Amino acid sequence: MAPRTLYQKIWEEHGVTPIDDQRQLLYIDLHLIHEVTSPQAFEGLRLNHRTVRRPDRSFAVMDHNVPTGDRTMPIDDPVARRQIELLEENCHAFGIPLLNLHHPEQGIVHIVGPEQGLTQPGMTVVCGDSHTSTHGAFGTLAFGIGTSEVEHVLATQCLVQAESKTMEVKFIGPRPLGITPKDMIMALIGQIGIAGATGHVIEYTGDAVSDLTMEERMTLCNMSIEAGARAGMVSPDMTTVNYLRGRRFAPEGPDFDRAAMGWLAYATDSGAVFDRTVVVDLTQMAPMVTWGTNPGMVTSIDGRVPDPASATDPAQRQAWQLALDYMGLTPGTAIQDIPIDRVFIGSCTNGRLEDLIRAARLVRERRVAPTVRAMVVPGSGLVKREAELLGLDRVFLDAGFEWREPGCSMCLGMNEDVLEPGERSASTSNRNFEGRQGRGGRTHLVSPEMAAAAALYGHFVDTRPLLHEEESV
Amino acid sequence: MRALTVHRGKVVPMDRANVDTDQIIPKQFLKRVERSGFGQFLFYDWRFDEDGVERPDFVLNKPAFRNASILVAGPNFGCGSSREHAPWALQDWGLKALIAPSFADIFYNNCLKNGLLPITVPEDIVHRILIESQDEAGLELTVNVKTRSVIFNDGTEVAFPLDTYSQESLLQGLDEIGRTLRAEAEIMRFEGQEVNRINTRS
Ligand code: SF4
Repeated sequence: MAPRTLYQKIWEEHGVTPIDDQRQLLYIDLHLIHEVTSPQAFEGLRLNHRTVRRPDRSFAVMDHNVPTGDRTMPIDDPVARRQIELLEENCHAFGIPLLNLHHPEQGIVHIVGPEQGLTQPGMTVVCGDSHTSTHGAFGTLAFGIGTSEVEHVLATQCLVQAESKTMEVKFIGPRPLGITPKDMIMALIGQIGIAGATGHVIEYTGDAVSDLTMEERMTLCNMSIEAGARAGMVSPDMTTVNYLRGRRFAPEGPDFDRAAMGWLAYATDSGAVFDRTVVVDLTQMAPMVTWGTNPGMVTSIDGRVPDPASATDPAQRQAWQLALDYMGLTPGTAIQDIPIDRVFIGSCTNGRLEDLIRAARLVRERRVAPTVRAMVVPGSGLVKREAELLGLDRVFLDAGFEWREPGCSMCLGMNEDVLEPGERSASTSNRNFEGRQGRGGRTHLVSPEMAAAAALYGHFVDTRPLLHEEESV
Repeated sequence: MRALTVHRGKVVPMDRANVDTDQIIPKQFLKRVERSGFGQFLFYDWRFDEDGVERPDFVLNKPAFRNASILVAGPNFGCGSSREHAPWALQDWGLKALIAPSFADIFYNNCLKNGLLPITVPEDIVHRILIESQDEAGLELTVNVKTRSVIFNDGTEVAFPLDTYSQESLLQGLDEIGRTLRAEAEIMRFEGQEVNRINTRS
């Protein structure tokens, strides 16, 4: 057989029946559900007298608009409360397992799925959320869908899909100190643009990717959508297998070993051909910071806010000008001179244990700048508990950070965690669109280390010298 | 889904690239549990100031465009969040078709599922539409799902891509779930053969 990519193997294996020369009915192995994009889908099922075909392939969590403060209190916002109650009702009515607000392992859907061992190599995974691409870190084909498609999967466990083109993103060169997968993905987006991978499924390759932990690979795949990609993935290897061992939904004993053999066989064959290849060089990479109102408006920590006058075409000039107006920034300002008001460490991009460990390393025995309000929102109950076992909650609290309950929180500000108009944040989330974190709020996307350092200094700082110091202690 | 064959309507220009779904429908309005009623929140932060008062200079607020039914915009329209509330809001406001040089993948799909027609045409055609629609007289266009083309008043006809599956769904207002359920035998066969990887209820 001709060598195939990971994507091609999953695509071919999951074809139920062809629709036309590009489309097929694709079987969905795992359907993840949350409170915001599902109510209308369940309502549609009821209106059409349909039911959930495979509740045993569905799994629900509450994450987008849950409060991150005291959970013994009722939710203030009646509309949010209604959504949460509806999810509970719908899951109960259709027999779908749910981690509700009070479950100790509740958290962000893209953090919960992997840590429960639900996401396994070779699967097709969908969710009514664009960052479903996160699960591609396991060598799965995982992508976001809209509510009509949520209803479609509930009713049929299938989707009509067109085959995507494939794009290899190859990271070359050793990864310098202070460069995280967040910086890698932001550098890629800066390089190819926010629509650079539209119509494609990305596979990340190269030694720098093989060397990443599973949590780091999730950060990388998470923001594939910000490059316009349908999905992002990494071929499964022993790192993937070792992560899954012992997880709640992973097979056990000899079944595990048998499954693992099958998982490894999904990896892209040597000699397989991608439709496009993009090379990103890590050698000179510096920590990245966005300055504008989309993730492609990004530069490095030693960069400056660009001047619209120097833009290459009129459309770009207009876009930069609008972004600078919204962000309240002057062309030529050094990134390190931008003062910040708020810091958010969390989200499905950077709300996992390793993210918190790395941020805490810089925070230990230091204080948050008096002008800054900083919060840490662990991505799930499990992350929170493990972090507390390591004493990270004390590290953050002693430094003046807030330590909150798990959820999406200020990543999109559907709960009470929002920026006030004009407030500027250093955020480990994935979108810096206008108003994303609160109307009039100004978001700069960074890695957890960069966010932590910004909290301490009150402006962006280069984490590399700080990390060198740490290393030499 | 509502059927759509031919539509003729007024064009409203939005000369911006990368209009994301967070702008189309800001997150504070995603808490509703119905599909309807989102039009009032369309482009909320651009349409209204902090006090909820309409900004007169925003294009959708201009009297000339209030009854428009075709929106023309820059490339990569609908990027970002997968929220289907975005096409719901556009449609609820009165739009039947969107024209841009390119759309984000998920958004494009979401539009088709709701009978809101996303039309991809080359940059120079978009440019022409943007200019002509800003003209005082305004611009009316005809969009035809059957011939997969946009027709200008001078008779110019510009083809746009639309796959046959979606075209059929649009023309007949088909229920796609119903279409898939017709493949029940194939789905059953697939489920019978597959290695039963996961059981979320175990
Ligand atoms: S953390 Fe942010 S990006 Fe991730 S699922 Fe929640 S809202 Fe979406």
